[in-house]
Amino acid sequence: MKRTGKTVYFDTPPVMLATSAMAGEMEGKGPLKEYFDKVVDDPYFQTQTFEKAERKLCGMNCQNVLKKANLQPDDIDFLLAGDLLNQIVTANFCARELQIPFIGLYGACSTMIEALSLGSMLIDGGYAQHIMAFASSHYQTAERQYRMPIEYGSQYPPYKQWTVTGTGAYVLAQNGIGPKITHATIGKVMDFGIIEPNDMGSAMAPAAADTIAQHLKDLGRTPDDYDLIVTGDLGQVGKTLTRELLREINYDVDEVLEDCGAMLYSQEQNTGSGGSGAAASAIVLASYLYQKLTLGEFQRIMVVGTGALLSPVSSLQGDTIPGIAHGITIEKP
Amino acid sequence: MKNVDKTPDEYNQMINQFRPGKPKIVNFLQAYLVGGLICGFGQALIEILQLLGMPADEASSLATIILIFLGALLTGLGIYDEIGQFGGAGSAVPITGFANAIVSPAMEFKSEGWILGTGAKMYIVAGPVLTYGMVTAFLIGLIKTIFKF
Repeated sequence: MKRTGKTVYFDTPPVMLATSAMAGEMEGKGPLKEYFDKVVDDPYFQTQTFEKAERKLCGMNCQNVLKKANLQPDDIDFLLAGDLLNQIVTANFCARELQIPFIGLYGACSTMIEALSLGSMLIDGGYAQHIMAFASSHYQTAERQYRMPIEYGSQYPPYKQWTVTGTGAYVLAQNGIGPKITHATIGKVMDFGIIEPNDMGSAMAPAAADTIAQHLKDLGRTPDDYDLIVTGDLGQVGKTLTRELLREINYDVDEVLEDCGAMLYSQEQNTGSGGSGAAASAIVLASYLYQKLTLGEFQRIMVVGTGALLSPVSSLQGDTIPGIAHGITIEKP
Repeated sequence: MKNVDKTPDEYNQMINQFRPGKPKIVNFLQAYLVGGLICGFGQALIEILQLLGMPADEASSLATIILIFLGALLTGLGIYDEIGQFGGAGSAVPITGFANAIVSPAMEFKSEGWILGTGAKMYIVAGPVLTYGMVTAFLIGLIKTIFKF
């Protein structure tokens, strides 16, 4: 078995051949704006509904990543994708256009790393040569599904996060030049009893800490072996909690821990604790992190997709919010 | 290696240590300011309408209608949610907040159509107020009928 402990290793590490990241207005005003392939300011993106806009952006992003990889949909063996909407409708409708054999995924905001983990396994297992993966979220579609109407004047606490509008798409290949995915750690669902739906960072932090610890233990590594350990969308609060949870079991990640959601916005943008959503890790890895890896500025990073498995129904029924986190290690070309 | 493991109580203590709290005093003051301004504006409308020669009960009805209109307008312009974030209950409790609670879902669910979208969903926020307002009115009416005071 290609596993050490609970971490999967790849004999022939799959190559991240191309990536593409498209984002919304808020992200386009944040610190990472220059790294995105495209910024779309209009949340409707010239369509009738927010849901159609999210779909349109994903479709455009998928075409862009194919173009950058110099491939046609026919060249791709499997498409792995997901989003935050009920029935993962964004991914389904994009897959309808692309006509690539499709595996729909839902891991809340961990979906991107879930897709890249599974895609790497398919390639290293010999089942595919080329994999396409994407994940998306959209501020307005997520708000209206999970919370209150967008224009409703409720007061949010300072630790509430801002759902990222955007989508990241990837082409993984058996051969080629690009950053390589060397390991994947599939996380288990963790629940420390959080019930506040406005505080998803706290709900996800235990899962993030557990997956990072598991990964390091399995590989016999320390945090210093990484240039960066970057979580998906914990925000400032979740990031701090993850750091402290890891400190309690003797892992010091002070120097290397970052969070995609927290990186996406500046202080002045009033986004509370930072960004959240499936697009957080998807667009930061596809833009900033990918470019830094390609340039060799990072030797090795770990990306941990974090998902709060929140359902408006279970939440109203008094259930707690379980969290999940999956991690992959990526090395420079 | 130890595992990441905590009881909900232990974790809750940890969260309280690292999570910024809600700024309660500031929220109180802002709610007082915003609520006071809205209600003061409503009172000013009544006074002005009366100065223009309108009877007191009509003036108060018209002022209410104007406030509802302004609440709805500001919701449509995307301003009322900003006021809500600042003012909290100060902008939710007055009649303008009720207008916001009806108009915001009405706008939002237009994408699912006029009948099952806007028509059905416009009460998802304000519905409980209507339901329990009517239940309370019924109970009070019942008490009044029984005791005939």
